[in-house]
Amino acid sequence: MIHVLNVKDLQFQYGMQPVLKDISFQVGQGQLCGLFGPNGCGKTTLFKCCLKFLKNQGGQIKVDGQDIKNLRIEEMAKLVAYVPQEHKPPFPYLVKDVVLMGRTPRLKSLFGTNKEDRQKALGALKLLGLLEIADKPYNQLSGGQRQLVLIARAVAQETPLMFLDEPTSALDFSNQIRIWRIMKQIAESGVTILACSHDPNHVSWYCDRVVVMNHNHILREGPPREVITESVLDEIYRNVCAVRNLDEARMVLPKEVARGNGARKHNY
Amino acid sequence: MAGCLKDSSLLEDLACEEGDEFSIHGKLMILIALFALLVLTSSAAVVFGAYKISIADVYSIILSNLLHLSEAQNMDSLKDIIVWDLRLPRVLLAITVGFALAAAGATFQGCFRNPLVEPYILGISSGAAFGAAMGIVFHQFFFSIQLSAFLFGSLAVILAYGIARVNKETPTITLILAGVILGSLFSAAVSILKYISNDSALREIVFWLMGGFYFASWSDVALVTPVVMLSFLAMWSLGWKLNVLSMGDDEARGLGVNPEKYKLILIGLATLMTSIAVSTVGIIAWVGLMMPHATRMILGPDHRFVIPASAMLGGSYLLICDTMARTLTSSEIPVGIITSLLGAPYLIYLLRTRGKSVFE
Repeated sequence: MIHVLNVKDLQFQYGMQPVLKDISFQVGQGQLCGLFGPNGCGKTTLFKCCLKFLKNQGGQIKVDGQDIKNLRIEEMAKLVAYVPQEHKPPFPYLVKDVVLMGRTPRLKSLFGTNKEDRQKALGALKLLGLLEIADKPYNQLSGGQRQLVLIARAVAQETPLMFLDEPTSALDFSNQIRIWRIMKQIAESGVTILACSHDPNHVSWYCDRVVVMNHNHILREGPPREVITESVLDEIYRNVCAVRNLDEARMVLPKEVARGNGARKHNY
Repeated sequence: MAGCLKDSSLLEDLACEEGDEFSIHGKLMILIALFALLVLTSSAAVVFGAYKISIADVYSIILSNLLHLSEAQNMDSLKDIIVWDLRLPRVLLAITVGFALAAAGATFQGCFRNPLVEPYILGISSGAAFGAAMGIVFHQFFFSIQLSAFLFGSLAVILAYGIARVNKETPTITLILAGVILGSLFSAAVSILKYISNDSALREIVFWLMGGFYFASWSDVALVTPVVMLSFLAMWSLGWKLNVLSMGDDEARGLGVNPEKYKLILIGLATLMTSIAVSTVGIIAWVGLMMPHATRMILGPDHRFVIPASAMLGGSYLLICDTMARTLTSSEIPVGIITSLLGAPYLIYLLRTRGKSVFE
């Protein structure tokens, strides 16, 4: 299997405080990989190192076989697309213009976009089902729609690797599932995806691989069936979660709900 | 195994025929209309003035000077001096300064991701005021008021950048705070100079601070216009990058636009334009804040259009203000007063109608 993302012995510290210690993992082509872990475990820092927003002090990160240390910002943007958490920009850019920004690393002329760029942007809008709102100002959309627009922008960027920073954090349940389905669809087309998430169920339902982080290092790594287990969750969340199997699906529940206490208490 | 991946096939099947989704014809028409407005206001402005000269005379003077026709057939030389040596350079300088302030304002607002920023935000005006005051009070030591204003205006921005830069990064908040600090420092220094200067120097400083085009000459135009127009063109060509920059540093980096590099270039260009404009005509308020705003209301936030439209609107606006300044009363009103008087109501209107969206 081709490893599109290959992280080896990554070290990072702010001042004297270590944030990442000996991080090593690989993600293969077309895989949807979840990055899971409690708040403050170093997920965001790992993300930023892989995107070269931060410079790692030790170890090596390879994207599509190339050491990112030697890549310029312009070259990085052709390999990795970054989907930030949805936010409101200060200016009311139209949805189609935000998506067209994804073509920036590939613009040939100084001033504008060519026909191919515009077609690709339209294709991305279509894929995400955003054609109807293409002419709306981006900052007047709902949180879920804004997140979809940012994903469409990353699709238009046409990179082999895509990073999503907690893409479902501010969304309602149906939008969360929608985003995961879309990520799955994008991964199946051959794009490799690394997505942060705080929801153990989401990663176990949709991801091909999960990297579980705790206290600045990788706790476990592998297919979700092997990694999202009660023992692993107990280690990071201390006696909170129970894991049950429901037909084919695996469910992570709070312990008292799994025991039936939670349900009974509220079932007067 | 480098680069062995195929391009994603995701978009191949989806690439749909482009309709008029990305049409820019409407925006181009607005740009052309704004250019027409600029031409119209400038052709009107050369006709207005305290000394009445007929429209036909005005244009024949300009034409004959442009074509270097012999002086013999020319009308009297007084009219020639008024139109060619007084009004025309003044008109051109007003347009140039309007271009500079409005385009720089749009750029600063985009770079700092804040629609309330104006070109003087990093202390250019206070720095330039200090430089001018030094040149006026200690005229024996300074080569020219203009040069010293330019140097101190630019110095203020360079200092602000230097103060704000930590670990190879220049956070916007720190940069703006550094600009505010330096602005107040230079303002205090100007106050000291006012305090120790004699009456005539004090009067000159106050006059300079109000800004105006009274002494506009062809040599000013020859110096200022090329610098402003070249910076403006460079800025315009970076319009798309400015769009990406205004999404935030991390996103810009993710989209392949180096935020440190391009912010430095854009702020450098904006500073150059503003400093040279301010040092020539003094401090003219509001143009750099209002014009980008008005432009965004007309044709949206895309900086590829905001920069040229804002510049042309700024040129027209400042020209109208200056023509009012020299024709409303028998003596001149400093143009800074007029731009402020017209600008304040506009800002109040903005506060009342879209305060929430602007200040959120």
